Amino acid sequence: MKCLVIASREFKTLFLSPLAWTILAILQLIFAYVFLTQVETFTMLQPKLAIIENGPGLTDIIVPPLFGNAGIILLLVTPLLTMQLICGERRNKTLALLLSAPVSSADIIIGKYLGVLGLLLLIVALVSLMPLSLLMGGELDVGKFLANSLALSLLVAAFAAAGLYLSSIALHPVIAAMGSFGLLLLLWILDWTTGIKDQRSELFEYLSLLRHFQNLQSGLISTVDVGYFLLFICGFLLLSIHSLDNHRRFK
Amino acid sequence: MLLQAEHLYRYYGKHCAVNDVSFTLTRGEVLGFLGPNGAGKTTTMQMLCGVLAPSAGQIKINGIDLLAQPVTAKRYLGYLPDTPPLYRELTVDEFLTYSAQLHGVTKKDTHHAVKQAQERCGLTAVSKRLIANLSKGFQQRVGIAQAILHYPEVIVLDEPTVGLDPLQISEIRALIRELGRDHGVILSTHRLSEVQESCSHVQIIHQGQLILNETIVALKLMMDTGIVQITTRLAPNISQLSALAGVNSIEKISENCIRIHYSVANNPTQRLTETIIAAGWELQELAPVKKSMEAVFISLIRDNES
Repeated sequence: MKCLVIASREFKTLFLSPLAWTILAILQLIFAYVFLTQVETFTMLQPKLAIIENGPGLTDIIVPPLFGNAGIILLLVTPLLTMQLICGERRNKTLALLLSAPVSSADIIIGKYLGVLGLLLLIVALVSLMPLSLLMGGELDVGKFLANSLALSLLVAAFAAAGLYLSSIALHPVIAAMGSFGLLLLLWILDWTTGIKDQRSELFEYLSLLRHFQNLQSGLISTVDVGYFLLFICGFLLLSIHSLDNHRRFK
Repeated sequence: MLLQAEHLYRYYGKHCAVNDVSFTLTRGEVLGFLGPNGAGKTTTMQMLCGVLAPSAGQIKINGIDLLAQPVTAKRYLGYLPDTPPLYRELTVDEFLTYSAQLHGVTKKDTHHAVKQAQERCGLTAVSKRLIANLSKGFQQRVGIAQAILHYPEVIVLDEPTVGLDPLQISEIRALIRELGRDHGVILSTHRLSEVQESCSHVQIIHQGQLILNETIVALKLMMDTGIVQITTRLAPNISQLSALAGVNSIEKISENCIRIHYSVANNPTQRLTETIIAAGWELQELAPVKKSMEAVFISLIRDNES
Protein backbone atom coordinates (compact mmCIF):
# COMPACT_ATOMS: atom_id res chain seq x y z
CA MET A 1 0.00 0.00 0.00
CA LYS A 2 3.00 2.27 -0.45
CA CYS A 3 1.23 3.81 -3.43
CA LEU A 4 -1.19 5.52 -1.02
CA VAL A 5 1.72 7.12 0.83
CA ILE A 6 3.00 8.52 -2.47
CA ALA A 7 -0.52 9.51 -3.54
CA SER A 8 -1.28 11.46 -0.38
CA ARG A 9 2.08 13.22 -0.52
CA GLU A 10 1.49 14.14 -4.18
CA PHE A 11 -2.01 15.42 -3.47
CA LYS A 12 -0.82 17.56 -0.55
CA THR A 13 2.17 18.83 -2.52
CA LEU A 14 -0.10 20.03 -5.34
CA PHE A 15 -1.79 22.32 -2.84
CA LEU A 16 1.54 23.64 -1.56
CA SER A 17 2.19 25.31 -4.89
CA PRO A 18 0.03 28.15 -6.18
CA LEU A 19 -0.70 26.14 -9.35
CA ALA A 20 -3.49 23.98 -7.93
CA TRP A 21 -5.19 26.92 -6.20
CA THR A 22 -4.97 29.10 -9.30
CA ILE A 23 -6.38 26.37 -11.51
CA LEU A 24 -9.22 25.66 -9.08
CA ALA A 25 -10.13 29.34 -8.85
CA ILE A 26 -10.00 30.09 -12.58
CA LEU A 27 -11.84 26.92 -13.56
CA GLN A 28 -14.57 27.58 -11.02
CA LEU A 29 -15.06 31.07 -12.43
CA ILE A 30 -15.31 29.78 -16.01
CA PHE A 31 -17.62 26.88 -15.11
CA ALA A 32 -19.87 29.24 -13.15
CA TYR A 33 -20.10 31.48 -16.22
CA VAL A 34 -20.95 28.52 -18.49
CA PHE A 35 -23.51 27.32 -15.96
CA LEU A 36 -25.20 30.70 -15.71
CA THR A 37 -25.40 31.04 -19.51
CA GLN A 38 -27.11 27.66 -19.69
CA VAL A 39 -29.58 28.64 -16.94
CA GLU A 40 -30.28 31.84 -18.86
CA THR A 41 -30.87 29.84 -22.08
CA PHE A 42 -33.29 27.60 -20.23
CA THR A 43 -35.36 30.49 -18.86
CA MET A 44 -35.57 31.91 -22.40
CA LEU A 45 -36.59 28.59 -23.95
CA GLN A 46 -38.91 27.52 -21.16
CA PRO A 47 -42.22 28.81 -22.71
CA LYS A 48 -41.47 27.06 -26.03
CA LEU A 49 -40.35 23.85 -24.37
CA ALA A 50 -43.52 23.66 -22.34
CA ILE A 51 -45.55 23.19 -25.55
CA ILE A 52 -43.46 20.29 -26.92
CA GLU A 53 -44.56 16.90 -25.73
CA ASN A 54 -41.65 14.90 -24.22
CA GLY A 55 -39.40 17.87 -24.94
CA PRO A 56 -36.01 18.39 -23.34
CA GLY A 57 -36.19 19.35 -19.69
CA LEU A 58 -34.05 21.37 -17.28
CA THR A 59 -31.40 18.67 -17.02
CA ASP A 60 -31.03 18.27 -20.80
CA ILE A 61 -30.54 21.98 -21.39
CA ILE A 62 -28.09 22.62 -18.57
CA VAL A 63 -26.13 19.51 -17.60
CA PRO A 64 -24.70 18.06 -20.87
CA PRO A 65 -23.41 21.42 -22.21
CA LEU A 66 -21.87 22.28 -18.84
CA PHE A 67 -20.07 18.93 -18.54
CA GLY A 68 -19.15 18.95 -22.22
CA ASN A 69 -17.49 22.35 -21.89
CA ALA A 70 -15.83 21.25 -18.68
CA GLY A 71 -14.37 18.29 -20.62
CA ILE A 72 -12.83 20.57 -23.25
CA ILE A 73 -11.45 22.99 -20.66
CA LEU A 74 -9.96 20.14 -18.63
CA LEU A 75 -8.32 18.84 -21.80
CA LEU A 76 -6.36 22.09 -21.78
CA VAL A 77 -5.65 22.08 -18.06
CA THR A 78 -4.80 18.44 -17.25
CA PRO A 79 -1.47 18.48 -19.14
CA LEU A 80 -0.39 21.38 -16.91
CA LEU A 81 -1.14 19.34 -13.81
CA THR A 82 0.48 16.13 -15.01
CA MET A 83 3.61 17.52 -16.69
CA GLN A 84 5.66 17.65 -13.49
CA LEU A 85 4.66 14.24 -12.13
CA ILE A 86 7.70 12.17 -13.15
CA CYS A 87 9.54 14.62 -15.35
CA GLY A 88 9.79 17.23 -12.59
CA GLU A 89 11.12 14.70 -10.10
CA ARG A 90 13.69 13.56 -12.60
CA ARG A 91 14.84 17.12 -13.21
CA ASN A 92 14.98 17.98 -9.51
CA LYS A 93 16.86 14.72 -8.90
CA THR A 94 14.29 13.69 -6.31
CA LEU A 95 13.28 10.59 -8.24
CA ALA A 96 16.25 8.77 -6.67
CA LEU A 97 14.43 8.89 -3.33
CA LEU A 98 11.55 6.88 -4.77
CA LEU A 99 13.74 4.59 -6.86
CA SER A 100 15.97 3.63 -3.94
CA ALA A 101 13.05 3.20 -1.51
CA PRO A 102 11.45 -0.23 -1.09
CA VAL A 103 8.58 0.56 -3.47
CA SER A 104 7.95 -0.96 -6.87
CA SER A 105 7.69 1.02 -10.09
CA ALA A 106 3.98 0.23 -10.13
CA ASP A 107 3.61 1.81 -6.66
CA ILE A 108 5.36 4.96 -7.84
CA ILE A 109 3.24 5.33 -10.97
CA ILE A 110 -0.08 4.44 -9.34
CA GLY A 111 0.70 6.67 -6.36
CA LYS A 112 1.50 9.63 -8.58
CA TYR A 113 -1.58 8.93 -10.66
CA LEU A 114 -3.94 8.73 -7.69
CA GLY A 115 -2.47 11.94 -6.27
CA VAL A 116 -3.22 14.01 -9.35
CA LEU A 117 -6.52 12.19 -9.93
CA GLY A 118 -7.59 13.36 -6.47
CA LEU A 119 -7.29 16.98 -7.56
CA LEU A 120 -9.07 16.35 -10.87
CA LEU A 121 -11.96 14.59 -9.15
CA LEU A 122 -12.18 17.52 -6.79
CA ILE A 123 -12.66 19.76 -9.84
CA VAL A 124 -15.36 17.38 -11.16
CA ALA A 125 -17.08 17.53 -7.76
CA LEU A 126 -17.03 21.32 -7.83
CA VAL A 127 -18.59 21.31 -11.32
CA SER A 128 -21.24 18.83 -10.17
CA LEU A 129 -22.23 21.06 -7.28
CA MET A 130 -23.57 23.71 -9.65
CA PRO A 131 -26.42 21.71 -11.24
CA LEU A 132 -27.16 20.29 -7.78
CA SER A 133 -27.92 23.83 -6.62
CA LEU A 134 -30.92 23.77 -8.98
CA LEU A 135 -32.55 21.26 -6.67
CA MET A 136 -33.42 24.18 -4.42
CA GLY A 137 -35.93 25.50 -6.92
CA GLY A 138 -36.53 22.75 -9.46
CA GLU A 139 -36.26 19.12 -10.30
CA LEU A 140 -33.24 17.34 -11.75
CA ASP A 141 -33.03 14.09 -13.68
CA VAL A 142 -30.70 12.44 -11.17
CA GLY A 143 -29.85 9.53 -13.45
CA LYS A 144 -28.72 11.76 -16.26
CA PHE A 145 -26.83 13.99 -13.87
CA LEU A 146 -24.95 11.03 -12.40
CA ALA A 147 -24.20 9.69 -15.87
CA ASN A 148 -22.64 13.05 -16.75
CA SER A 149 -20.57 13.10 -13.57
CA LEU A 150 -19.35 9.59 -14.32
CA ALA A 151 -18.53 10.53 -17.90
CA LEU A 152 -16.50 13.56 -16.84
CA SER A 153 -14.72 11.58 -14.10
CA LEU A 154 -13.73 8.85 -16.55
CA LEU A 155 -12.65 11.47 -19.07
CA VAL A 156 -10.33 13.30 -16.68
CA ALA A 157 -9.00 9.97 -15.40
CA ALA A 158 -8.08 9.12 -19.00
CA PHE A 159 -6.50 12.57 -19.51
CA ALA A 160 -4.41 12.13 -16.38
CA ALA A 161 -3.17 8.66 -17.43
CA ALA A 162 -2.05 9.93 -20.83
CA GLY A 163 -0.45 12.99 -19.22
CA LEU A 164 1.41 10.83 -16.71
CA TYR A 165 2.82 8.65 -19.46
CA LEU A 166 4.12 11.63 -21.41
CA SER A 167 5.60 13.04 -18.22
CA SER A 168 7.46 9.78 -17.66
CA ILE A 169 9.02 9.78 -21.12
CA ALA A 170 9.65 13.50 -21.66
CA LEU A 171 12.87 15.14 -20.54
CA HIS A 172 11.32 18.55 -20.02
CA PRO A 173 7.95 19.39 -18.40
CA VAL A 174 6.94 21.73 -21.22
CA ILE A 175 7.49 18.96 -23.76
CA ALA A 176 5.41 16.63 -21.56
CA ALA A 177 2.61 19.21 -21.45
CA MET A 178 2.70 19.89 -25.18
CA GLY A 179 2.88 16.19 -25.96
CA SER A 180 -0.06 15.22 -23.79
CA PHE A 181 -2.09 18.18 -25.01
CA GLY A 182 -1.43 17.21 -28.64
CA LEU A 183 -2.23 13.55 -28.04
CA LEU A 184 -5.47 14.30 -26.19
CA LEU A 185 -6.63 16.85 -28.74
CA LEU A 186 -5.95 14.41 -31.57
CA LEU A 187 -7.94 11.70 -29.81
CA TRP A 188 -10.70 14.24 -29.17
CA ILE A 189 -11.12 15.27 -32.82
CA LEU A 190 -10.39 11.87 -34.33
CA ASP A 191 -14.00 11.18 -35.34
CA TRP A 192 -14.36 14.47 -37.23
CA THR A 193 -13.35 12.60 -40.38
CA THR A 194 -16.56 10.59 -40.24
CA GLY A 195 -18.60 13.53 -41.53
CA ILE A 196 -16.55 13.94 -44.71
CA LYS A 197 -17.99 12.36 -47.89
CA ASP A 198 -19.74 9.46 -46.20
CA GLN A 199 -16.38 8.10 -45.21
CA ARG A 200 -16.54 6.20 -41.96
CA SER A 201 -13.69 4.66 -40.13
CA GLU A 202 -14.88 2.43 -37.34
CA LEU A 203 -11.40 2.36 -35.87
CA PHE A 204 -11.20 6.15 -35.64
CA GLU A 205 -14.69 6.28 -34.24
CA TYR A 206 -13.79 3.74 -31.59
CA LEU A 207 -10.57 5.55 -30.69
CA SER A 208 -12.21 8.95 -30.33
CA LEU A 209 -12.51 10.12 -26.76
CA LEU A 210 -15.34 12.47 -27.67
CA ARG A 211 -17.63 9.79 -29.01
CA HIS A 212 -17.44 7.63 -25.88
CA PHE A 213 -17.79 10.67 -23.69
CA GLN A 214 -20.93 11.81 -25.49
CA ASN A 215 -22.44 8.33 -25.38
CA LEU A 216 -22.09 8.32 -21.61
CA GLN A 217 -23.36 11.88 -21.37
CA SER A 218 -26.59 10.91 -23.08
CA GLY A 219 -27.31 8.74 -20.06
CA LEU A 220 -26.57 5.46 -21.75
CA ILE A 221 -23.99 3.70 -19.60
CA SER A 222 -22.72 0.94 -21.84
CA THR A 223 -19.88 -1.44 -21.15
CA VAL A 224 -18.24 -0.48 -24.45
CA ASP A 225 -17.78 3.12 -23.39
CA VAL A 226 -16.83 2.46 -19.78
CA GLY A 227 -14.53 -0.34 -20.98
CA TYR A 228 -12.90 2.04 -23.46
CA PHE A 229 -11.97 4.47 -20.69
CA LEU A 230 -10.75 1.75 -18.34
CA LEU A 231 -8.60 0.22 -21.10
CA PHE A 232 -7.26 3.66 -21.96
CA ILE A 233 -6.29 4.33 -18.33
CA CYS A 234 -4.74 0.89 -17.70
CA GLY A 235 -2.90 1.01 -21.00
CA PHE A 236 -1.21 4.32 -20.25
CA LEU A 237 -0.45 3.33 -16.65
CA LEU A 238 1.26 0.14 -17.85
CA LEU A 239 3.22 2.11 -20.43
CA SER A 240 4.33 4.53 -17.69
CA ILE A 241 5.50 1.71 -15.43
CA HIS A 242 7.36 0.21 -18.35
CA SER A 243 8.97 3.52 -19.20
CA LEU A 244 10.14 4.01 -15.60
CA ASP A 245 11.74 0.55 -15.61
CA ASN A 246 13.25 1.15 -18.99
CA HIS A 247 14.80 4.39 -17.86
CA ARG A 248 16.71 2.49 -15.19
CA ARG A 249 18.15 0.21 -17.80
CA PHE A 250 18.98 2.57 -20.64
CA LYS A 251 19.55 6.01 -19.25
CA MET B 1 27.96 -10.25 4.49
CA LEU B 2 25.79 -7.14 4.09
CA LEU B 3 26.50 -6.37 0.49
CA GLN B 4 27.96 -8.34 -2.32
CA ALA B 5 28.56 -6.96 -5.80
CA GLU B 6 29.78 -9.34 -8.46
CA HIS B 7 31.13 -8.46 -11.87
CA LEU B 8 29.16 -5.27 -12.35
CA TYR B 9 29.17 -3.69 -15.77
CA ARG B 10 27.38 -0.59 -16.92
CA TYR B 11 27.35 0.85 -20.40
CA TYR B 12 26.05 4.27 -21.46
CA GLY B 13 25.59 3.58 -25.13
CA LYS B 14 28.99 2.29 -26.17
CA HIS B 15 30.83 3.98 -23.34
CA CYS B 16 31.66 1.59 -20.53
CA ALA B 17 31.29 3.53 -17.26
CA VAL B 18 31.77 0.58 -14.89
CA ASN B 19 33.88 -2.35 -15.96
CA ASP B 20 33.85 -5.60 -14.00
CA VAL B 21 33.62 -4.21 -10.47
CA SER B 22 33.30 -6.74 -7.63
CA PHE B 23 33.49 -6.13 -3.90
CA THR B 24 31.85 -6.98 -0.58
CA LEU B 25 30.88 -5.10 2.56
CA THR B 26 30.43 -6.55 6.03
CA ARG B 27 28.91 -5.09 9.20
CA GLY B 28 31.22 -2.66 10.94
CA GLU B 29 33.01 -1.64 7.78
CA VAL B 30 33.21 1.86 6.38
CA LEU B 31 34.22 1.51 2.78
CA GLY B 32 35.63 4.54 1.02
CA PHE B 33 35.12 4.77 -2.69
CA LEU B 34 37.85 6.92 -4.08
CA GLY B 35 38.34 8.13 -7.61
CA PRO B 36 38.69 11.19 -9.82
CA ASN B 37 35.66 12.79 -11.47
CA GLY B 38 34.05 10.53 -14.03
CA ALA B 39 35.67 7.39 -12.66
CA GLY B 40 32.35 5.59 -12.19
CA LYS B 41 31.79 6.15 -8.47
CA THR B 42 28.29 7.59 -8.79
CA THR B 43 27.24 5.04 -11.41
CA THR B 44 28.35 2.19 -9.15
CA MET B 45 26.45 3.64 -6.21
CA GLN B 46 23.33 4.18 -8.29
CA MET B 47 23.46 0.53 -9.30
CA LEU B 48 23.87 -0.58 -5.68
CA CYS B 49 20.72 1.33 -4.77
CA GLY B 50 18.56 0.22 -7.65
CA VAL B 51 18.39 3.64 -9.29
CA LEU B 52 20.20 2.25 -12.33
CA ALA B 53 20.12 -1.33 -13.50
CA PRO B 54 23.54 -2.84 -14.20
CA SER B 55 24.18 -3.98 -17.78
CA ALA B 56 25.53 -7.22 -16.30
CA GLY B 57 26.40 -8.56 -12.87
CA GLN B 58 24.75 -9.34 -9.58
CA ILE B 59 24.10 -7.35 -6.42
CA LYS B 60 23.06 -8.94 -3.14
CA ILE B 61 21.97 -6.86 -0.18
CA ASN B 62 21.77 -8.74 3.10
CA GLY B 63 21.74 -11.91 1.00
CA ILE B 64 18.79 -10.79 -1.16
CA ASP B 65 19.23 -10.34 -4.89
CA LEU B 66 18.55 -6.68 -5.70
CA LEU B 67 17.57 -7.37 -9.30
CA ALA B 68 15.27 -10.31 -8.59
CA GLN B 69 13.59 -8.97 -5.43
CA PRO B 70 14.14 -5.21 -5.53
CA VAL B 71 11.45 -4.23 -3.03
CA THR B 72 12.64 -6.62 -0.30
CA ALA B 73 16.31 -5.86 -0.88
CA LYS B 74 15.83 -2.08 -0.77
CA ARG B 75 14.41 -2.34 2.78
CA TYR B 76 17.99 -2.75 3.98
CA LEU B 77 19.25 0.30 2.09
CA GLY B 78 19.72 3.95 2.88
CA TYR B 79 20.96 6.12 0.05
CA LEU B 80 22.16 9.68 -0.25
CA PRO B 81 22.63 10.52 -3.95
CA ASP B 82 25.18 13.08 -5.13
CA THR B 83 22.40 15.69 -5.22
CA PRO B 84 20.27 15.25 -2.06
CA PRO B 85 16.74 14.28 -3.18
CA LEU B 86 14.82 16.96 -1.30
CA TYR B 87 11.33 18.30 -1.86
CA ARG B 88 11.99 21.98 -1.43
CA GLU B 89 8.38 22.89 -0.68
CA LEU B 90 8.23 20.65 2.43
CA THR B 91 9.47 21.31 5.94
CA VAL B 92 12.22 19.12 7.35
CA ASP B 93 9.67 17.32 9.56
CA GLU B 94 7.27 16.66 6.69
CA PHE B 95 10.01 15.45 4.39
CA LEU B 96 11.56 13.07 6.92
CA THR B 97 8.14 11.70 7.89
CA TYR B 98 7.42 11.04 4.22
CA SER B 99 10.69 9.22 3.66
CA ALA B 100 10.14 7.20 6.85
CA GLN B 101 6.76 6.09 5.49
CA LEU B 102 8.28 5.28 2.10
CA HIS B 103 10.87 3.10 3.79
CA GLY B 104 8.20 1.21 5.69
CA VAL B 105 8.76 2.59 9.18
CA THR B 106 5.57 1.79 11.11
CA LYS B 107 3.28 4.63 12.15
CA LYS B 108 4.09 4.38 15.83
CA ASP B 109 7.86 4.37 15.26
CA THR B 110 7.86 7.17 12.69
CA HIS B 111 7.89 10.07 15.16
CA HIS B 112 10.72 8.56 17.18
CA ALA B 113 12.78 7.68 14.10
CA VAL B 114 12.41 11.19 12.67
CA LYS B 115 13.35 12.84 15.98
CA GLN B 116 16.37 10.58 16.40
CA ALA B 117 17.64 11.17 12.85
CA GLN B 118 17.25 14.93 13.38
CA GLU B 119 19.25 14.74 16.59
CA ARG B 120 22.01 12.72 15.01
CA CYS B 121 22.32 15.13 12.09
CA GLY B 122 21.89 18.32 14.13
CA LEU B 123 18.59 19.30 12.55
CA THR B 124 16.40 19.67 15.62
CA ALA B 125 16.58 23.48 15.55
CA VAL B 126 15.43 23.74 11.92
CA SER B 127 12.85 20.94 11.93
CA LYS B 128 9.93 23.32 11.27
CA ARG B 129 11.60 25.24 8.44
CA LEU B 130 11.10 24.80 4.72
CA ILE B 131 13.88 22.86 3.05
CA ALA B 132 14.07 25.50 0.29
CA ASN B 133 15.11 28.11 2.87
CA LEU B 134 17.91 26.03 4.42
CA SER B 135 21.56 26.55 3.59
CA LYS B 136 23.33 24.00 1.44
CA GLY B 137 25.05 22.45 4.45
CA PHE B 138 21.74 21.90 6.23
CA GLN B 139 20.17 20.51 3.07
CA GLN B 140 23.03 18.03 2.89
CA ARG B 141 22.31 17.03 6.50
CA VAL B 142 18.64 16.51 5.68
CA GLY B 143 19.80 14.22 2.88
CA ILE B 144 21.92 12.23 5.32
CA ALA B 145 19.09 12.09 7.87
CA GLN B 146 16.81 10.70 5.17
CA ALA B 147 19.35 7.96 4.44
CA ILE B 148 19.77 6.79 8.04
CA LEU B 149 16.39 7.27 9.68
CA HIS B 150 15.08 3.76 9.05
CA TYR B 151 18.19 2.07 10.51
CA PRO B 152 19.21 0.42 7.24
CA GLU B 153 21.84 -2.30 7.26
CA VAL B 154 23.67 -0.74 4.32
CA ILE B 155 24.13 3.03 4.07
CA VAL B 156 25.38 4.42 0.76
CA LEU B 157 26.53 8.04 0.82
CA ASP B 158 27.61 9.73 -2.39
CA GLU B 159 30.00 12.56 -1.49
CA PRO B 160 28.40 13.27 1.89
CA THR B 161 30.64 16.18 2.91
CA VAL B 162 30.39 18.30 -0.23
CA GLY B 163 29.29 21.83 0.53
CA LEU B 164 29.79 21.61 4.29
CA ASP B 165 32.01 23.90 6.35
CA PRO B 166 35.05 22.40 8.15
CA LEU B 167 33.23 22.09 11.48
CA GLN B 168 30.28 20.32 9.87
CA ILE B 169 32.67 18.07 7.95
CA SER B 170 34.27 16.84 11.14
CA GLU B 171 30.82 16.31 12.69
CA ILE B 172 29.65 14.31 9.71
CA ARG B 173 32.84 12.26 9.73
CA ALA B 174 32.28 11.44 13.37
CA LEU B 175 28.69 10.48 12.54
CA ILE B 176 29.89 8.20 9.73
CA ARG B 177 32.36 6.47 12.05
CA GLU B 178 29.56 6.01 14.58
CA LEU B 179 27.24 4.59 11.93
CA GLY B 180 30.00 2.25 10.82
CA ARG B 181 29.87 0.46 14.16
CA ASP B 182 26.37 -0.99 13.68
CA HIS B 183 25.84 -0.71 9.93
CA GLY B 184 27.87 -1.13 6.79
CA VAL B 185 28.68 2.20 5.19
CA ILE B 186 29.88 2.98 1.68
CA LEU B 187 30.90 6.52 0.93
CA SER B 188 32.38 8.05 -2.14
CA THR B 189 34.72 10.98 -2.23
CA HIS B 190 37.56 12.42 -4.23
CA ARG B 191 39.44 13.47 -1.16
CA LEU B 192 42.04 11.13 0.25
CA SER B 193 42.01 12.78 3.69
CA GLU B 194 38.33 11.92 4.05
CA VAL B 195 39.01 8.25 3.44
CA GLN B 196 41.91 8.28 5.87
CA GLU B 197 39.78 9.84 8.60
CA SER B 198 36.53 7.96 8.40
CA CYS B 199 37.00 4.69 6.53
CA SER B 200 38.22 1.26 7.51
CA HIS B 201 38.53 0.06 3.93
CA VAL B 202 39.30 1.80 0.70
CA GLN B 203 38.66 1.12 -2.94
CA ILE B 204 40.11 3.14 -5.74
CA ILE B 205 38.24 3.22 -9.00
CA HIS B 206 39.75 4.54 -12.19
CA GLN B 207 38.12 4.59 -15.61
CA GLY B 208 35.42 2.21 -14.40
CA GLN B 209 37.82 -0.38 -13.00
CA LEU B 210 38.78 -1.15 -9.44
CA ILE B 211 42.51 -0.73 -9.17
CA LEU B 212 42.76 -1.11 -5.42
CA ASN B 213 40.72 -2.79 -2.71
CA GLU B 214 42.49 -2.67 0.65
CA THR B 215 42.14 -1.86 4.31
CA ILE B 216 43.22 1.63 5.24
CA VAL B 217 46.22 0.24 7.14
CA ALA B 218 47.42 -1.62 4.08
CA LEU B 219 46.97 1.51 1.98
CA LYS B 220 49.19 3.47 4.34
CA LEU B 221 51.91 0.86 3.95
CA MET B 222 51.49 0.88 0.20
CA MET B 223 51.95 4.59 0.08
CA ASP B 224 55.53 4.06 1.00
CA THR B 225 56.90 7.38 -0.18
CA GLY B 226 56.60 10.46 1.95
CA ILE B 227 57.43 14.07 1.10
CA VAL B 228 59.10 16.65 3.26
CA GLN B 229 59.67 20.27 2.34
CA ILE B 230 62.81 21.97 3.60
CA THR B 231 63.66 25.67 3.55
CA THR B 232 67.15 26.88 4.36
CA ARG B 233 68.64 30.34 4.42
CA LEU B 234 71.55 29.40 2.15
CA ALA B 235 71.15 27.28 -0.95
CA PRO B 236 71.75 23.61 -0.08
CA ASN B 237 73.92 21.25 -2.06
CA ILE B 238 71.44 18.93 -3.63
CA SER B 239 73.80 16.19 -4.69
CA GLN B 240 75.08 15.90 -1.12
CA LEU B 241 71.54 15.46 0.20
CA SER B 242 70.44 12.97 -2.41
CA ALA B 243 73.36 10.76 -1.45
CA LEU B 244 71.74 10.15 1.98
CA ALA B 245 70.15 6.78 2.64
CA GLY B 246 66.37 6.79 2.26
CA VAL B 247 66.18 9.80 -0.06
CA ASN B 248 64.56 8.81 -3.33
CA SER B 249 64.57 12.07 -5.22
CA ILE B 250 64.79 15.80 -4.67
CA GLU B 251 62.61 18.41 -6.29
CA LYS B 252 63.82 21.98 -6.36
CA ILE B 253 61.06 24.50 -5.63
CA SER B 254 63.26 27.61 -5.44
CA GLU B 255 66.86 28.49 -4.64
CA ASN B 256 66.39 27.88 -0.88
CA CYS B 257 63.45 25.52 -0.85
CA ILE B 258 63.48 21.84 -1.80
CA ARG B 259 61.10 18.91 -1.61
CA ILE B 260 62.50 15.55 -0.68
CA HIS B 261 60.69 12.35 -1.64
CA TYR B 262 61.70 9.61 0.76
CA SER B 263 60.88 6.05 1.66
CA VAL B 264 58.77 5.78 4.82
CA ALA B 265 60.41 2.50 5.79
CA ASN B 266 63.76 4.29 5.95
CA ASN B 267 62.89 7.80 7.09
CA PRO B 268 65.88 10.07 6.50
CA THR B 269 64.61 13.19 8.31
CA GLN B 270 67.09 12.92 11.17
CA ARG B 271 70.01 12.46 8.78
CA LEU B 272 68.78 15.37 6.64
CA THR B 273 68.65 17.80 9.55
CA GLU B 274 72.05 16.68 10.79
CA THR B 275 73.59 17.16 7.36
CA ILE B 276 72.03 20.59 6.89
CA ILE B 277 73.14 21.82 10.30
CA ALA B 278 76.63 20.39 9.87
CA ALA B 279 76.98 22.08 6.50
CA GLY B 280 75.78 25.41 7.97
CA TRP B 281 72.90 26.08 5.48
CA GLU B 282 70.75 27.24 8.38
CA LEU B 283 67.58 25.22 8.54
CA GLN B 284 64.52 27.49 8.63
CA GLU B 285 61.61 25.22 8.02
CA LEU B 286 60.96 21.51 7.77
CA ALA B 287 57.42 20.47 7.01
CA PRO B 288 55.83 17.20 5.93
CA VAL B 289 53.79 17.51 2.75
CA LYS B 290 50.54 15.53 2.53
CA LYS B 291 50.42 13.47 -0.59
CA SER B 292 47.80 14.60 -3.02
CA MET B 293 45.25 12.25 -4.41
CA GLU B 294 46.84 12.57 -7.81
CA ALA B 295 50.20 11.42 -6.51
CA VAL B 296 48.59 8.33 -4.98
CA PHE B 297 46.74 7.66 -8.18
CA ILE B 298 49.73 8.05 -10.36
CA SER B 299 51.78 5.73 -8.21
CA LEU B 300 48.96 3.19 -8.07
CA ILE B 301 48.21 3.29 -11.77
CA ARG B 302 51.92 2.95 -12.46
CA ASP B 303 52.06 -0.07 -10.13
CA ASN B 304 48.96 -1.46 -11.78
CA GLU B 305 50.48 -1.25 -15.22
CA SER B 306 53.91 -2.58 -14.34
